[in-house]
Amino acid sequence: MSLRTPLSAAKGLGSAREGAHHWWMQRLTSLALLPLTLWLAISIVMLPEMDYASAVAWMQTPVAAIAMSLLVISLFYHVQLGLQVIIEDYVGGALKIASLIALNFTCIVMVFVGLYSIIKVSF
Amino acid sequence: MSVSQRPLSPHLQVYSWHLTMALSILHRMTGVFLSFGAVALVIVLSSLASGADAYSCVHDALTHPIGLLFLFAWTFALYFHMANGVRHLVWDAGLGLGKKVASSSGWYVLAFAVLATVASWLPMAMGALT
Repeated sequence: MSLRTPLSAAKGLGSAREGAHHWWMQRLTSLALLPLTLWLAISIVMLPEMDYASAVAWMQTPVAAIAMSLLVISLFYHVQLGLQVIIEDYVGGALKIASLIALNFTCIVMVFVGLYSIIKVSF
Repeated sequence: MSVSQRPLSPHLQVYSWHLTMALSILHRMTGVFLSFGAVALVIVLSSLASGADAYSCVHDALTHPIGLLFLFAWTFALYFHMANGVRHLVWDAGLGLGKKVASSSGWYVLAFAVLATVASWLPMAMGALT
């Protein structure tokens, strides 16, 4: 026999009301990535030379520096949301928690390494 | 964890293959693959910040045949994931959910991915030939 009330059993078992935000941010980042990734693909194709000097000169232009920064942020936000769902679908138990921690830390580190690199090249 | 006695939902092998199902799986697979491409992008950026030696190291790796193969695959994966993502956004708006439309939009997505990949690599292929 349990001393728990029916209410305590029902509480906390429902939706955490977090899914809609996840869903919305995935759409929002996908919308941001649409022009940003197209810009990256077109820029790389249009870049006449791929040597160090040309790459730095390109990265130093304000448009490239800002677009690349926005790309790195929205890209890893999108990666975090997408891979989180895949991990939740296919990985269980302690490995799931470990994978989610690794995913979140990796994405944050990638954003900061990316932004630091862009800023360092720009100045 | 004990094995649940509850019935399982039928898994993939039960269904006959349809384009919509194949593209749904491909969307996930390209998403995972592109995540590694995102890390590669950060590696390129950080090499650019580290100096000419680090950059030429990364440049050599990416222009090696295996590196080029990855770049080519990332290009296709990007265009596919991009176009199929737009298809998903249209579905989210409640449009194009009919059986026939969902199938034909899938073919358009595939066609776009192939054409955009070819268009992106054509200048380099032309340059390599001349």
